[in-house]
Amino acid sequence: MTGETPLVRFENIQKSYDGETLVVKDFNLDVAPGEFVTMLGPSGSGKTTCLMMLAGFEPATQGEIYLKGKVINNVPPYKRGIGMVFQNYALFPHMTVAENLAFPLEVRKVPKAEREERVKKALDMVQLGAFGGRRPMQLSGGQQQRVAVARSLIFDPDLVLMDEPLGALDKNLREQMQYEIKHLHEQLGLTVVYVTHDQTEALTMSNRIAVFEDGIVQQCAAPADLYEKPQNAFVANFIGENNRLMGKVTAINGDRVDVLSDNGDVLVATKINVDAVGDRTTVSLRPERVFVNPEASSVDNLFSARVEELIYHGDHIRTRFTVCGHDDFIVKVPNSAANSLLQHGNTVPIGWKMEDCLALDA
Amino acid sequence: MNKLVNKTLIAAAVATTMMAGNAYAGSHSESITVVSWGGAYTKSQVEAYHKPWMAATGNTIVSEDFNGGLAEIKAQVEAGNVTWNVVDVELSDAVRGCDEGILEVIDHSTLPDGDNGVPAAEDFLPGALMECAVGNIVWSTVFIHDESKIQGVDGLTDFFDLGKFPGKRGLRKGAKPNLEFALMADGVDPADVYEMLSTDAGIDRAFAKLDTIKDSTVWWESGAQPPQLLADGEVTMTTAYNGRVFNAIASEGKPFVINWDGQIWDLDLWVVPKGAPNQEATMDFVKFSTGTKPLADQASWIPYGPLRKSSFGLVGTFHNNAEIDMGVHMPTAPDNFKRALQNDFEFWADNSDQLNERFNAWLTK
Amino acid sequence: MTTANPSIDQTDTLPLKQKLAKTTAIQRRRAFLLTVPLVLFLLISFVFPIGQMLFNSIHNDKVSGVVPKFAVAIQSWDGQGLPSEEIFEIFVKDLAIAKKVREVGRTAGNMATRINYELPGSRSLFTKSARKVGKITEGPYKEALIKIDKKWANPQVWLTLQRASHDLGPSFYVAAMDMKYNEAGEIVKADELYQIYLQNFIKTMWLAALITFICVLLAYPVAYLLAILPLRQSNLLMIMVLLPFWTSLLVRTTAWIAILQTEGVINDLLVYFGVIGEDGRIQMIYNQTGTIIAMVHILLPFMVLPLYSVMKTIQPSYMRAALSMGSKPFNAYRRVYFPLTIPGLAAGTLLVFILAIGYYITPALVGGQDGLLISNLIAYHIQKSLNWSLGAALGTMLLVVVLIFYWLYNRLIGIDKLKFG
Repeated sequence: MTGETPLVRFENIQKSYDGETLVVKDFNLDVAPGEFVTMLGPSGSGKTTCLMMLAGFEPATQGEIYLKGKVINNVPPYKRGIGMVFQNYALFPHMTVAENLAFPLEVRKVPKAEREERVKKALDMVQLGAFGGRRPMQLSGGQQQRVAVARSLIFDPDLVLMDEPLGALDKNLREQMQYEIKHLHEQLGLTVVYVTHDQTEALTMSNRIAVFEDGIVQQCAAPADLYEKPQNAFVANFIGENNRLMGKVTAINGDRVDVLSDNGDVLVATKINVDAVGDRTTVSLRPERVFVNPEASSVDNLFSARVEELIYHGDHIRTRFTVCGHDDFIVKVPNSAANSLLQHGNTVPIGWKMEDCLALDA
Repeated sequence: MNKLVNKTLIAAAVATTMMAGNAYAGSHSESITVVSWGGAYTKSQVEAYHKPWMAATGNTIVSEDFNGGLAEIKAQVEAGNVTWNVVDVELSDAVRGCDEGILEVIDHSTLPDGDNGVPAAEDFLPGALMECAVGNIVWSTVFIHDESKIQGVDGLTDFFDLGKFPGKRGLRKGAKPNLEFALMADGVDPADVYEMLSTDAGIDRAFAKLDTIKDSTVWWESGAQPPQLLADGEVTMTTAYNGRVFNAIASEGKPFVINWDGQIWDLDLWVVPKGAPNQEATMDFVKFSTGTKPLADQASWIPYGPLRKSSFGLVGTFHNNAEIDMGVHMPTAPDNFKRALQNDFEFWADNSDQLNERFNAWLTK
Repeated sequence: MTTANPSIDQTDTLPLKQKLAKTTAIQRRRAFLLTVPLVLFLLISFVFPIGQMLFNSIHNDKVSGVVPKFAVAIQSWDGQGLPSEEIFEIFVKDLAIAKKVREVGRTAGNMATRINYELPGSRSLFTKSARKVGKITEGPYKEALIKIDKKWANPQVWLTLQRASHDLGPSFYVAAMDMKYNEAGEIVKADELYQIYLQNFIKTMWLAALITFICVLLAYPVAYLLAILPLRQSNLLMIMVLLPFWTSLLVRTTAWIAILQTEGVINDLLVYFGVIGEDGRIQMIYNQTGTIIAMVHILLPFMVLPLYSVMKTIQPSYMRAALSMGSKPFNAYRRVYFPLTIPGLAAGTLLVFILAIGYYITPALVGGQDGLLISNLIAYHIQKSLNWSLGAALGTMLLVVVLIFYWLYNRLIGIDKLKFG
């Protein structure tokens, strides 16, 4: 972060609903103006609670939330000026689309003429110019979604919160909407805090992602960092696909860690989250970073593996091997002539580089 | 329906235990439904008529309660589905029901002679034997007060005197017999009441008298209500059926006093809905229950006067208190009968529609 | 698939629609058969009785059924003076036959009752005469009849008989509208002392509206609580709301009497705590107050349940959305939450109002002289006076009022939007 004031700051936030268990344990996060930050995690991990505290619908049990440098813990939601898109859109069913869009302007006492103009602009922005007179129920899911986004933006809020806004859409539409929201974010320079449990969505859209688990942020980083350099086994597992080999640290040498896998193979890995020789470790490896029939000099780890299963995916063949005692070792083999010889039951050499192979916590 | 249909299968056990020694036993026992007004009155009939008859014949009686009127009988007869065998009705209903053909004609010659051998036609009081009905009792509408709360009530005039006795009054919700009470309280001689009510001026005079207590009146509909209203302190005085009041006094020890001045007496009669099942048993019950002894026995349970002259001498004391002589509590006892009016069924048959309409209109104004 | 399906294509002579109809016919027949019991039930228990009520209100054959030949003959009379000797003869003979046959619903008494509605006091004229006409064996019949009772010389009797000889006619609606036929046979307003039905309709409507309004005031917060409370508390509250449903009407009403009467629980407490003196006991029952209290209690669940079922479906995110857009809580409630509850509110209002119009047991028991509502008058005519035709006419008018309200609701809110739960 640079020296400028973050737009949003969570400081040592704790939240408990029942006075016994903490659903958010110690949450700290800064969101810079113009940033698209996603809170990602499985359901029940505390991400939505954090969003609701920011929106003002839930009080924080402890800690402070700042908006533009001011503590807003005691500011009611309607005074926070935060736009919000809800999971089920929360479009008012008894109002038309135009009336829905005009609602935030009305309560701000925007004059009628200006109101109409801005509603029209907003409708055009989401390509729904002709739908102003319809009721939300008469729109498709994607159209409703666009109205919800337009409504959250129409009063030019400093910050827009989105709570799993695409959860109800089918896959194609969801991908399309992801780009649309991303483009709006870029065009309008919005600051967005986004909640989802879909890691692909998070990777596609965000500047930064905070991965939640059990009320704690496991890692908060840019998508590429998160994918390439997960800080612990949970993040590695949650973001993208990975192969996990369990073992014990036998030597640490700078970044290099030697690991004795549980079935007696020796691996060379990059040190990320291990402390000392003798620690248990999870070695994590992305399926697309494994080479079949590599040149021995190009890889740091080389094993022979048995082909268990081949699944045709068009651009690649998803291959399951038995290696190092694991029979669920997945490799994405590019669909090229050289690899077309893989047969079920064959034993082939496979290998990978040390930097692609991360020694994480057990 | 603002009535409690209270079905009680009476004393089936009594019947079965007694069946052993009677002639009908085993051959065929029948069941009939006898409908009456409930409470202490039905109780008196059950004790004096139903139980002895069941014991004698081995038949059973299902006793039902109703609130008077012909509606149910008319509905049953017109639907061709008669389930009631014998019904206890007021005189005006017996006449009207007979006129409309919904009641069986009863052959009076089959009624038993009195125990003293006098034929039924002479034994019954005049008017008790109708084309479709056999009378059983004389009852009366009287007004009552609670002696523990007010004293010195002297005649019907006091009922309408809110100055002398402040508090609410209870009256039956309907034109009959309030118009008669009003005129008598206004000084009209009982003999002139119906003549006067046949004129618009007389009707106006009756309503004008009722107007003086209208705002202080609680209207009751079923006979069980007025003693309760008085006991609850909801009213200071109320009209009521004399038998019910006596029961509250004798059985429950209530400090109620019956004021006989201006009492309006009427007959109750057995009628048989046209097409009632089990005709033989039904008629047998009618004959049995209007015999000398059952009528006299009933009077030991409730002070409603028997309609057979031969029963008069047999009326004794209250069934559970030998110190209460039932004779003096009858509406027809000389002391009670000084200023009494017999309900004129023909007047009401002619005028009840119109007068009730006016009464209802008056009530809501 | 690129090849066309030949069976749907032009190779088939039958159009597609017919083919579809054919294939679904069996399904539809089966579906129809399943609804037959309900259709029959509705026909027998609903359509038929209501049809009969409508019919009864305009149809009454108590004259033509008793003296059939006379009913035809009297139509030729011009209404001047008295009918001819010939008509008198037919009347006397018809009456004698009716007296002899004594068929249920076709007796002189039935006719007497019918004429008595319009000519009060004439009942005994018919019943008495019927007993005596058997003795008239030869003419002149006019003289003989008038000898039995001189009221037969009153042309009014014959005019009324002539009018009532028509089986179909509006005379019961005339009565139900507080009107009557005058001596010239014209429809005029009834004497003010006998006017009751119209103002009673208005009073009933007003009372029902008041009860509905109180029910809305009381039920709305309760339904809201029910919808937002955790399950355990809301269940308990729900039981309390539904309790009146599970108690017999008479028990409930009796309980109200015990609580509200002047020597009752509430008055005793007020006196005990010195709020009022012994003489200042408040009259809360046997008047309008009693009717309102008891009816609100009884009808409250009909308001709570539809409201609750609608509120339950309103997601909290609507309110949150409104707040997040800068609306103050009250405004958000007014603009967003309240409009969303209107379907339930409308259903509850319609339900309570229509039930309240038709309620009569409770008002009769706790309403005192104010407890006489239109349904009590209908019940009076069905049960006591036995003037079923007038009862039917009043019932039909009540039905029409209800239908008008239904139609109004449909216009204002839309029946398809009503939610009963």
